[in-house]
Amino acid sequence: MKFNSALKNFVLVLFSTLLISACSTAKKASVDTVDDVYTGTDTVEYLANGVPDRVFFATNKSSLTTRSRDTLRKQATYLRKNKDLTVTIEGHADERGTREYNLALGERRANAAKDYLMTYGVSGKRISVISYGKEKPVNPASSPLAWSQNRRSVTIKAN
Amino acid sequence: MKKTIIIFIFFVLTIENAFSLIKVDITRGNLDPLPIAVSPLHIDNKSEDFKSLKEKKLGEEISKIIEKNFKSTGLFNPLKKDAFVQKPDIAHLKPRFEDWRLIKAQALITGKIVVKDKKLKVEFRLWDLTAAKEMLALSFTTTPTNWRRVAHIISDKIYERLTGETGYFDTRIIYVSEKGPKDQRVKKLAIMDQDGHGTKYLTLGNELVLTPRFNPTNQLVTYMSYFKNMPRVYLLDIETGIQEVVGNFPGMTFAPRFSPDGKKIIMSFAKDGNSDIYSMDMETRVVERITDHSAIDTSPSYSPDGKYICFNSDRSGLQQIYTMRSDGSQVKRITFGSGIYGTPVWSPRGDLIAFTKMRKGKFYIGVMRSDGTGERLLTENYYQEAPSWSPNGRVLIFYRETKSDSKGKGFTAKLWSIDITGYNERLVKTETDASDPSWSSLLSK
Repeated sequence: MKFNSALKNFVLVLFSTLLISACSTAKKASVDTVDDVYTGTDTVEYLANGVPDRVFFATNKSSLTTRSRDTLRKQATYLRKNKDLTVTIEGHADERGTREYNLALGERRANAAKDYLMTYGVSGKRISVISYGKEKPVNPASSPLAWSQNRRSVTIKAN
Repeated sequence: MKKTIIIFIFFVLTIENAFSLIKVDITRGNLDPLPIAVSPLHIDNKSEDFKSLKEKKLGEEISKIIEKNFKSTGLFNPLKKDAFVQKPDIAHLKPRFEDWRLIKAQALITGKIVVKDKKLKVEFRLWDLTAAKEMLALSFTTTPTNWRRVAHIISDKIYERLTGETGYFDTRIIYVSEKGPKDQRVKKLAIMDQDGHGTKYLTLGNELVLTPRFNPTNQLVTYMSYFKNMPRVYLLDIETGIQEVVGNFPGMTFAPRFSPDGKKIIMSFAKDGNSDIYSMDMETRVVERITDHSAIDTSPSYSPDGKYICFNSDRSGLQQIYTMRSDGSQVKRITFGSGIYGTPVWSPRGDLIAFTKMRKGKFYIGVMRSDGTGERLLTENYYQEAPSWSPNGRVLIFYRETKSDSKGKGFTAKLWSIDITGYNERLVKTETDASDPSWSSLLSK
């Protein structure tokens, strides 16, 4: 019966490995996007420690999620502390739209971020916006994940 | 481009408009293209040499261009030359109709070339083989270096005679040439003949350029450039290379297009997250606001009589196509089908609007009547957009992108054309990857 129990152990180990890997894929998918908006950190850079530089959007949308507003409040706090800083907000769209509409959409996204920063006390004079439409993807893949990472507005130090 | 060619239609031998037996119907997909024989144009023995021009080969080359043009329409089937039964010079005088009918040709093109006193004179005739008579005879004189254009003009004249529609061969395409990895594309304005010949690059690739469009006389191009990182609409004079910003807008301007009389540029101006449509008078520089709505209004295109504008707006929540009078009044939504719509472009004939439709992860190029009825989708693909009309309103050129893998590899952008019948889809060859094509009007009218 020794052989049998060895086999049993092996099967158990194999089973639990499968279980773990299944868990990890499920977990990954749910972490990356919520309601079509990217929530991961793979492409994110930081203006300062704990101050992410970008927020993400749902397809064809320019509304800010709770998470995006949280990020932008951190940016606003940072900018209020660093009064000499000016920034450019770049608005981007994914590749699944017509070029001209995407230029307008990128501009609307960048301004959504700008308006929020202004609500939290950052002067509009310190913020310029530019739309790149679908012209500058951060992730060049053609996949739902890449598109969600590309639908973004990015705050960049301009001086 | 005014300087490039002066062509005299020297004399018209005969034009018989009445009762020819052959007539090509281009209103539906043609599954039975007309067999046509294009005899090499023969070289007159009085011909002289001209610079490096290999005039001995010119007759052959011109006939090849005509064949290629005709083949590209899908309406004609140019027959192989090795089956030809008569020498070019003799056929040009008077073909033996029964011999040509034997190889199943229904129409025959013959011609003669003389290069003399630094001038190229080309004479050609179109023969109806079934009725055994001449249908058309014309002659052109021009500078010898213009020989390719002569081939295109001959093609247009014959197309016109056989189909009853104006041709589109003596035309150019302006487009955006693309190179490099997908996330670092280098884009330049490029221009080429309709058949892909003679590509010239109009910008160096230092800044991002998008959506070039010709004015009605094909001398000016309006396009969008990120020069100095300020996305603005520009005007370029092709001949002089002089570029200037259009208008003095305090923000991004984009999606430019000329009015049919060439006097205005219509475009979008984006400010504070809202894009509206404006026009600028080229002479007075007076800017006029045409739409005023909190939604995105873009991709405007005039009707050929200049009285209406079709445009793209998401005022209903998603991208749809609207029309209005050119002063902005009488706004009317015309698309209600499932899916979303972009890039409306009014046909030069006035009857149709071409568009891009997006539905369930697919992109379509389609046409509909200007009131939104009669929608027909011509082609479905992973990604394609931005149709532009041939000057006779029979063919659309657009661009198509392919899917890329997780590293961004496998991405291509190419120009394609399709007849509004939905038939005859073709890759338009370009030196590099290409997007945002715009078709010129006929260069010689």
